[in-house]
Amino acid sequence: MASWGKIARRTFLTGSAAVAGGVAFGVWQYRRELPNPLQPGEGEVTLNPWIIIDQQGVTLVAARAEMGQGVYTTLPALIAEELDVAWEDVRVIHGPAAQAYYNAGLMSHALPTTDYDRTGFQEVMIEAMSVLPRMIGLQVTGGSTSTLDAYDKLRQAGATARETLKQAAAARLGLPVGSLETRDGRVIAPGGLELTYQELAVEAAAIDPPRRVELRPASRWRYLGRSMPRTDMVAKVTGTAEFGIDVRLPGMRFATVRMSPRLGGGMVSFDASAAEAMPGVERVIDLGTGIAVVATNTWLAMRAAEAVAIEWGPAPYPETSDALMEVIRAALDDPPNSTLRDDGDVDAMDVDPSDRVIEAEYTVPWLAHATMEPMSAAALHHGDRLEIWTGSQSPGFAELAAAAAVGLDPDQVTVHVTYLGGGFGRRGEVDYAVLAARVAQAMQGTPVQVTWSREEDMRHDFYRPAAAARMRGVLRNGFAHALEGRVAAPSVTRQSMRRLTGSAPPGPDKGHVEGLFNQPYAIPNYRVTGHLADLAVPVGFWRSVGNSFNGFFMESFIDEMALSAGRDPLGFRLELAEAEHAPTAGVLRAVAEMSAWSAPRPAGTGMGVAMTHSFHTPVAVVIEVADRDGAVALTRAWVACDVGTALDPSIIEAQMVSGLFFGLSAAMMEEITFAGGEVQQWNYPDYDALRIHQVPEVEVRILQTQDHIGGVGEPATPPSMPALANAVFDLTGERIRDLPLNRWVRFVA
Amino acid sequence: MATPLTVNGTTHQIDLPDDVPLLWVLRDELGLTGTKYGCGVAACGACTVQIDGEAVRSCQVALADVWGPVTTIEGLGTPDALHAVQAAWVEHQVAQCGYCQSGQILQAAALLSQTPAPTDDDIDAAMSGNLCRCGTYPRIRAAIHAAAAALREG
Repeated sequence: MASWGKIARRTFLTGSAAVAGGVAFGVWQYRRELPNPLQPGEGEVTLNPWIIIDQQGVTLVAARAEMGQGVYTTLPALIAEELDVAWEDVRVIHGPAAQAYYNAGLMSHALPTTDYDRTGFQEVMIEAMSVLPRMIGLQVTGGSTSTLDAYDKLRQAGATARETLKQAAAARLGLPVGSLETRDGRVIAPGGLELTYQELAVEAAAIDPPRRVELRPASRWRYLGRSMPRTDMVAKVTGTAEFGIDVRLPGMRFATVRMSPRLGGGMVSFDASAAEAMPGVERVIDLGTGIAVVATNTWLAMRAAEAVAIEWGPAPYPETSDALMEVIRAALDDPPNSTLRDDGDVDAMDVDPSDRVIEAEYTVPWLAHATMEPMSAAALHHGDRLEIWTGSQSPGFAELAAAAAVGLDPDQVTVHVTYLGGGFGRRGEVDYAVLAARVAQAMQGTPVQVTWSREEDMRHDFYRPAAAARMRGVLRNGFAHALEGRVAAPSVTRQSMRRLTGSAPPGPDKGHVEGLFNQPYAIPNYRVTGHLADLAVPVGFWRSVGNSFNGFFMESFIDEMALSAGRDPLGFRLELAEAEHAPTAGVLRAVAEMSAWSAPRPAGTGMGVAMTHSFHTPVAVVIEVADRDGAVALTRAWVACDVGTALDPSIIEAQMVSGLFFGLSAAMMEEITFAGGEVQQWNYPDYDALRIHQVPEVEVRILQTQDHIGGVGEPATPPSMPALANAVFDLTGERIRDLPLNRWVRFVA
Repeated sequence: MATPLTVNGTTHQIDLPDDVPLLWVLRDELGLTGTKYGCGVAACGACTVQIDGEAVRSCQVALADVWGPVTTIEGLGTPDALHAVQAAWVEHQVAQCGYCQSGQILQAAALLSQTPAPTDDDIDAAMSGNLCRCGTYPRIRAAIHAAAAALREG
């Protein structure tokens, strides 16, 4: 098997294609092909950046972070489908950080327009913009884009490799290519003569591959469209899957860090004398903005880090949650950063005396990612070489940032991407990789494993921002006549882009208003404005990003409008969707049927519905709750999504349930609060999530009517929260406009 | 003075302070990284191992207090010889990110050794201390029922 070290050698990136001992297949539609980053070792051949063939068989490169969403299964299935290899023979690696693995799918979110009704011109714009991620090598796992990006690209990679292997066989056998077939890693000639891909690889690598091969129709698929055994499953149930925190190297030392609990605040002074005298402690390192302790054991390092007396500087933002929310609420009255939807004329329209006008304000709190694996990275710095092993959603950025932090060129830094013990957006940041690099720099030649305590992780996140919304609706004869939404929050886009690239994009921030402005509802007067609150609290991408708060604002208010009009909340939505976007109407109809929405409901139960169109996938959710001696229990849930083409139904079902529970956990109980500039939550006892006895029974239906692939990792999260709040209203009559819900109702513990 | 510790059938002499939690002996001293650190305060269950067949949070058991032989995920079964619970986890495709699953599996295996035919309530009671941020609970429940059936049939 192609070993990690051999193929990840970065010298190749700057070298010529000839160094590869192979050729890059023409799967790109641009003029110049990107260098194949795979450097074959002895006896190995790489046919393109996704396929390595050696004497043991075929290894496929996934090049996206496997954080639970199944990319190590679905992406290889795309290649294997066309390449014709047996599934049980497929081996998968992440591969190196490289420009070739750019994610063009990210640009599918880039136009400041709604996504459900794109015009041909807009599609052309997105195609043009996809050059940008290619140019800068934007190898990022996020935005639920992995399959969207890979769908054609990886099938082409498999198909062109297959055709080249056939050409090699044809040349060797003196037969026409058209007479050859492929099956399970072999080229088969008339009469039954078989040549394995291994036998043909070296000859195939010398052949210029076809530019483009016609892809097989879905009717001929063997792997796609089916629930494949996950390639990471056996490793993950036997403890043999290696996460960043698990990397062990000879002579390794174990370290931890403590940074300012007033986020972004400096360190005034520290006294490490007590810590340095503790057992196993080898060194306390001054990181300028905090300290690291290096020891023979992680636990000894963590105890010693607590024993360092540190005086921290002040926080660069208002010190309490209330003061922070005041800034956010005040921004609602500022001039807007964006007006991405302005249908009809919300200002000039006549309001009839018989119209019903309703207004409401909502807020949501700061949220942590709280991945099960705390932030961690292993690193080894030796002279002009730095190697990092970690779970990263953006290894290219991690290389750049780590290189800058230790004064090396990016080409002198290699990030090896392991499995991620949860990502949810947190591991798109590079802070933990940079800190590990700096500890390794101080420990020249000694590998270090830098593991954050859970407390350090919880209190040093890039949080989902708190947000506020002011909504106004006009109902005429029971119909939605106008909707005006204002949303205010710190900008995740601007802050994170400034961190990662040094500059923030100007113009309207689409991510700030997504889930509110771009919903497929035919409301004649529909305006949404985004108002940016300038706060220095670190904020970042949290599963579904802006949709995570705007979905709650929008779908709570739509519910209020429906009920105010005396309408059924599901029927009210269906009517708005039917006139605008058939797939969205389809998912609403599906959950209505699945949940027997219109049937009489037993006393002591309530049901709520919500729908959010995000990441190119409409998802509708119905939640049923029940009263249990004054406490609310989540009893059942129904989810319907339309993903266009369902590449792996089992993985899609798992992602819908996962996204649902992730959102329900936040809606019910999650909240990060600030006092004295410090986060007040330390660990799972004060920032918990749903447990097995609290989750509802879930039924998922996957529809395939859309004409494009939709994302699956995130879109179930936004509608989960309003669906629960709406169900609680149906049960209790209490309209809760501020999350988390457990501030107002008691849930079964 | 070295402390003897038996893990997955092998006895080691551990030269670490008595109060170092078993979790960190396993991970950093013995290189058994299948046992995970999640919270350090017995709130998430990621570090669950078995001592004398009983599921315990290894982050809360000091080296000097380990009262019997330890079984970790590496000792329960291997990729070539899965334990019935691990096989059920594969059959039901339970894991997503996978980080909590070692603890979930050892907790489930301990449940089944005590309660061969658990009800949903039994599963809730036994498994509620094991957090999964990916939300794999429905498949965990299904896999436990499947493993129970497989074990009963021998």
